[in-house]
This record gives sequence, C-alpha cells and structure tokens, in this order.
Amino acid sequence: MEAASIQAPTPQRRRSRGLSERRLAFAMVSPSMVLIALVAAYPIIYAIWLSLHEYSVRVAGLSRWAGLNNYSEALSNPDFWDAMRTTLVFSVVSVTFELLIGLAMALCMHEAFKGQGLLRTVVLVPWAVLTVVTAIMWRTIFESPQGFVNNILGGDTVWLGQEPHALIVIIIADVWKTAPFMALLILAGLQTIPGEIYEAARVDGATKWQRFVKITLPLLKPAILVALIFRTLDALRIFDLPYVLTKGAHGTTTLSLIAQQTFAENRIYGLGAAYSVLTFITVMIVAFVYIRTVGGNIRGLAED
Amino acid sequence: MSAVTVPTEHDEAAESPPRKVKQHTAGPKTPWYMWIAVAAIVIFCLFPFYWLVSLSLKTGADLSSSSLIPPNPTLANYKSIFQNDDFVRALGNSVIISVVTTALAITVGSFCAYALARLRFKGKFWILALVLSITTFPAIAIAAPLFRLWSDIGIFNTLIGLIIPNLTFALPLTIYILVSFFKEIPKDLEEAALVDGATHFMAFRKVVVPLAAPGLATAAILCFIAVWNEFLLAITLTSSPAARPVPAAIAFFTGSTQFEIPYGTITAASVTISIPLIIMVLLFQKRIVAGLTAGAVKG
Repeated sequence: MEAASIQAPTPQRRRSRGLSERRLAFAMVSPSMVLIALVAAYPIIYAIWLSLHEYSVRVAGLSRWAGLNNYSEALSNPDFWDAMRTTLVFSVVSVTFELLIGLAMALCMHEAFKGQGLLRTVVLVPWAVLTVVTAIMWRTIFESPQGFVNNILGGDTVWLGQEPHALIVIIIADVWKTAPFMALLILAGLQTIPGEIYEAARVDGATKWQRFVKITLPLLKPAILVALIFRTLDALRIFDLPYVLTKGAHGTTTLSLIAQQTFAENRIYGLGAAYSVLTFITVMIVAFVYIRTVGGNIRGLAED
Repeated sequence: MSAVTVPTEHDEAAESPPRKVKQHTAGPKTPWYMWIAVAAIVIFCLFPFYWLVSLSLKTGADLSSSSLIPPNPTLANYKSIFQNDDFVRALGNSVIISVVTTALAITVGSFCAYALARLRFKGKFWILALVLSITTFPAIAIAAPLFRLWSDIGIFNTLIGLIIPNLTFALPLTIYILVSFFKEIPKDLEEAALVDGATHFMAFRKVVVPLAAPGLATAAILCFIAVWNEFLLAITLTSSPAARPVPAAIAFFTGSTQFEIPYGTITAASVTISIPLIIMVLLFQKRIVAGLTAGAVKG
C-alpha cells in the first residue's frame, strides 16, 4: 500500500530528516485532490459544457453551441416538472416514514435487554441487501400471481401498473431498506446522551413520556437533523428503485431517471446533460444545508 | 461525535453506563411489550428477505403460489444461474470492480486522511467540505458526460470505465471515514516516535497504519459494499455482459417482458449477490455501525 508514495519522500529523507510538515501534507493530500479533480470536477464541468450544446442525432460528433436553449427546453417541459414533483414527493414521504420508524426502532434498541448486538445485526440486513435486489424483492411481494399483498388486502390491485400505487410500492421498498439505517444513526445519537440526566429527571419525578419529550428529543435533535438531511440527499438521487420496478411508468419518473433516459436511451445528449445539471443543482442546494449543519463536525475534524 | 466514532472495541464500554441506568427504570425483567417491539423489528427486517429466499427455492407452478414455505424446495435455480455464463461473468466483473476500486480508494485516501487528521496546514476545512460534498453528488451528474467521454476515448463498456467513476464516490467516502478514525488514535505513540527521530512519514507507516487497521478495514468494507451496490453507472456505462456487473445484469434478466419473468432464476441470483454483503454484516456488524455513524452524527 505504501509503495506509491514512499518514492516521493525517500530521496528527501536522506538529505534532511524528512519533509517539512507542510510539504508532507501537500504530498499526501495532492494525489487524492488530483484524482478528485479528474473523476469528479472534470465530468461535472464537461456535463455543463454538453448541456450548452446541441448534438446531431444523425451525424455522430456533430454539434453546435446552443446557449441556454437546453435549459429553457428542460424547464418548459412538463415531464421535467412531473419528475421534479415525483422526486420531491418521494423524498418527503419516504424520509418522513424512515425517520418515524427509525426513531421507534432506535428507542426500542436502546432499551436494555440481552441480545442487542444480535438485533443490530438483524437491522443491518436490509441495509446490506442491494437496492436492485430490494426492488426485485418488493416486486415479487406485490405482483400477482405469487405476491401475497392482494391475498391479505383482498381485491386484485395491479400495484405496479397504476398511479399512485406504483410510487407507493417504491416508497415502501425505500423505507424498508433505509429505516433501519436511520435507526442506527439515531441510536448512535441516543448513546451520547449521558444516563445521569435521566436518573436526575427520574428522581425529580418525571414520567417516562416527560423524559422522552424534555430530554431525549431535544438532545437528539442534532443527530436527527443530520440523519434527515443525509437521507434527503440520498432520496433526491433516487434511480435504482423506479428503474427496476417501473422504468418510470405510472408517475414514477424521477429526476435522475428522466436524465438517464434522455441521454442514454434517447441519445439526446444536450438536453440529457441539462437534466443532469439541474438534478445536480437541486441536490447541491440541499447538500449546502447539510454541510452547514455538519460544519461544526468538519471544523472539529479539521482542528489540530 | 467522539463518543460514537470510537472504534468498535470500545463500544461495549461506551454503552454500559446508560444501560445500567435503564435497567433500574425498567426493572430487571424486560417488559412484554418490548418483546413484541423486538419481534416486530426482526420480522420487518428479515421477513421480506426470507420471502425472496423461499421464492428462489421454488420452481415451476410453485413459483406462482404465495405459500411462505416452498412445498418442494430445490436448488435448481441456483444450479441454473451458475451455468449461465453471463451471470458468472457479471459476478467476476463485480468482484474485480469492487476490489480494485476499494484498494485504490484506501491506498490513495489513507494518505490524504492522515494529513487531514494529523498534519498542520491551511485549507483543511475546505478540503473536508469538498470531500463531503462530493459524497452527496448525484451519480447522474457524472454518468451523462462519461457516457459520451468514454465512447470518445474507447473505454465505454470496460471494467476500467466503471472503476474510475466508482472512485469518484469511493475516494471521498474513504477519506471522510478515515479522518474520523485517524483522529481517534492517541497522538502519544506517534509523538514518541517523532521524538525518537522518526519522520512524520515513518510515524504514519510504522505507528499509525497498524493502529488504524480496524479503521482501514471499516472503510474498506463500507467502500466495497457501496461499489458492489452501485447501479446507475453500471447500467449507463455498459452495453454488454463483457463489463456488466451483477446489479446491472440482474436488471436485464427482468427487463425483457412483463409476462414471462423468470422469477426463479432472478430471485436465486438476487439472493446469491446479497450473500457476500450479508456475511460481511454478520462478521463486522460493530465495525460497520461505527463506520456508518462516524461523521454522520454531530455532537
């Protein structure tokens, strides 16, 4: 593992007693920064470049400057706003349920009993099941003939073939996969609350409910906030579940999906890139809030 | 934050004080409603996957029944997917992509993380903010340009063409997790090495890396799982089984028609590709939880 960058410091070490701290830091940080510039910054800039051009469907490689045409086309396309609405509805609803279920699970896991470790392992199973597999799994649960949902609920609903049922299945699949993850984040927050506070409140005669509302929730707020934004960022990027479950049919086309279908399936590069950039901007707005929320965290890590 | 990012070994110690207090309030015995809640969690988490496994053990007409226990359990579906060259190839592709991406991310990222955690220089905050913001990038933002770029330079539908963009997300993730872990390592040992005449780099190699082994393992596990799970890039940047990793290959199993979906083999393939990750979870549960919560929880 060390081979790659031993080369840099070795000749230096012979001359003096090693690099100065700042130089060493530069040598250690720059490979990652160069790589990030190549694999993250460059593609994003190229996406913006593509989004400002029009590409010929018939002649490969032929393109012309289009200015902001792709953006005005994207923003005036009702399909884009449908995708935006679907993405936002999906994000808000699924993250809300994930928070509520995750909080309940975390509180339960925090209670004292044997086998907590085992329960934490169980809870990690949905997180470890691939998203694509999650999609296939819920399809087999909801779809006839083998799916048992209609047996339980009665009737013969075609779950993945109509609005809004298809989106509901996608939300259920997402909640199943990530509520446990949310529970683990909240549990970590719960474990930072010192037990003495509860003890003191109990001595003062606070009921269980009062202790929850007056102690647990306020002290848990930072952990919940971070988990919420973190999950929202993830939800806004949603692609795998609708791609596998519905291919975007029946009101399930999300921002990532409309972008991918436009450039990869329909080969409309300029417009597809514009959709991608718009998705990127939407996510980055929330990411900005996230970074500001965990700013103290980063500052803590950056301290010497 | 420090309390939750402590590597796994200290986990028990960190938990025990609140646990004791709780036992006072709840009494020595766990109340009955707690057991119901625990049972609900276990069913919620495990039942859907159990259903998937049970489906993969069914063949023929059994596949259209919703019986929870396969009437005639058989491994025929598993046999058939391992005779399917495309699936076996996809499995190989996934292993190569995940292992190479993880190895690269850990190698390059550990140096960067060490510098950020330990050395004094300006601009750390901004580097960390940049690193963290990249982990939030939507994959679609790089998939669109790479779709064209890779065709132009001839690495569309190749393994390297998937390893590079996976690194976009794996590297920042690794750096961020490792910074929190490196921060937890006591400085004393390193300082002792420095006093004894070691350079910073030697201190890193001889003292920090061995002590950080659990952290490195955690970052590697999380990185591997993230890459193994990756789907958008996999489906966009491949066009044939030559480079297609398993998540993309399975999606193509399902894509053909609405009516004749080969559920037996699809579910068997789904279970098969989930097993490596579930084994990792069983073996490294504490480590994974520590890694997931490192950096995510503020306090």
